[in-house]
Amino acid sequence: MAEGVGAVSRVGPRGAVGGYLRAVGAIVWKDIAAELRSRELLGSMLVFALLVILIFNFALELDLRTRQTVTSGVLWVTFAFAGTLGLNRSMAIEKDRGCLDGLLLAPVDRSAIFFGKVLSNLLFMIIVETIILPLYSLLYNVNLFHPGLIAVILLGSIGYVVVGTLLSAMAVQARTRDILLPILLFPVVLPVLVAAVRATTGVLQGLPLEDYQAWLNLLIAYDVIFLGVAIVSFDYVVEE
Amino acid sequence: MEAAPRNLKILTGITIGLFVLALYMVFIYAPREAVMGDVQRVFYFHVASGWVGAVAFLVTAIAGGVYLAKRDRKWDRVAVASVEIGVVFTFINIASGSIWARPIWNTWWTWDPRLVTATIMLLLYVAYLMLRQGIDDPDRRARFGSVYGIVAFVSVPITFVSIRIFRTIHPVIIGSGDPAAEGAFDMTPRMLQAFMFSLLTFTFIYATLLWYRIRLGRLSEEVEERKMEMMSV
Repeated sequence: MAEGVGAVSRVGPRGAVGGYLRAVGAIVWKDIAAELRSRELLGSMLVFALLVILIFNFALELDLRTRQTVTSGVLWVTFAFAGTLGLNRSMAIEKDRGCLDGLLLAPVDRSAIFFGKVLSNLLFMIIVETIILPLYSLLYNVNLFHPGLIAVILLGSIGYVVVGTLLSAMAVQARTRDILLPILLFPVVLPVLVAAVRATTGVLQGLPLEDYQAWLNLLIAYDVIFLGVAIVSFDYVVEE
Repeated sequence: MEAAPRNLKILTGITIGLFVLALYMVFIYAPREAVMGDVQRVFYFHVASGWVGAVAFLVTAIAGGVYLAKRDRKWDRVAVASVEIGVVFTFINIASGSIWARPIWNTWWTWDPRLVTATIMLLLYVAYLMLRQGIDDPDRRARFGSVYGIVAFVSVPITFVSIRIFRTIHPVIIGSGDPAAEGAFDMTPRMLQAFMFSLLTFTFIYATLLWYRIRLGRLSEEVEERKMEMMSV
């Protein structure tokens, strides 16, 4: 933690790019340190994700034949639900006791704060995913270890987290904060979920790359477009 | 209570006249479609209200951008007025399409890209209104509304593409499309005239409603300010 604080104070006079990256790193480090001490966010995301899978198990009767077709859908719905929980919490702790105001006072570019939050949210989401995937393989005896799947999950998670971080920064500042994020987020990230589910199905069924290439392209396009939109508009969301 | 400006009254009169004329063109002037019959007449107002929805949300995104650049509350009033009108017309678009689809596709609803995209669009802007409702500070409400209006508008075409990759059965009347789509038809000149006239009429309806709604927004803000003044005295 001491290192992280030091990194922030050194930002500015030194090289612009190095300072920027250190500011981003400091925010990520702050989130990791806070999480290591409180263990609030990852724990609840994981338990919630397991509960969602459990509910799907009974709602869909995940027998051998159903599993072939619905695995990717179940996984992405689980990630999306657990993701909103994490995003909400991650921004709520910033809003709590004026932490965000403190961050905004730091002499760094606002986009560095945004990237820091995106990276830490992405990290938490990936941690949850790396625990859920082997667990799902174990529970349902489906082989989910495939290099293509990592790319799909990474691309899908980036798009989800980029839009989610921007919208959660707005949602926590509203009166109806707890219920607002999924309502704001889900219609916007629908293309991510559609593309990620289709691409995941393609990978898991061992189809050739050409068969799901279009979905990967869509994911990449979505990530790039919304990264641009989010960087430009984040300034307006946090300014006070 | 100030009276409506003269130009607004004139515009209202023109819009009412155009709408009566459009009703005449749709129900009497345009010929009966040979295969589908009278239900095809839904098409004229169906497409026109979809058009108004799309224009309204485009106006919201632009007004949001201008608001963020200039910080003039006037633009935020334009944005929110446009969203409300857009939501109503998108709903009319979906509902009228459903009425048409029942006899033609033999179902009220199908998971076709255009239908799903229109519905997602409706949900996006309902979310926009809910976001605004949850924020009390007017400046923050305007800023968040602007940002979400832009984010939502950017996401609509991507949503459409993502669902489009599935096969579509929605007929494409304008531009190239699959002529074999169920319910597709060629427009006769009279149909085309009625269609174009409907588009024009609905654009006028949009403009008139927008003007009224912006005026309403300004007046209710004034009332709010007067109330605050009275309370502080």
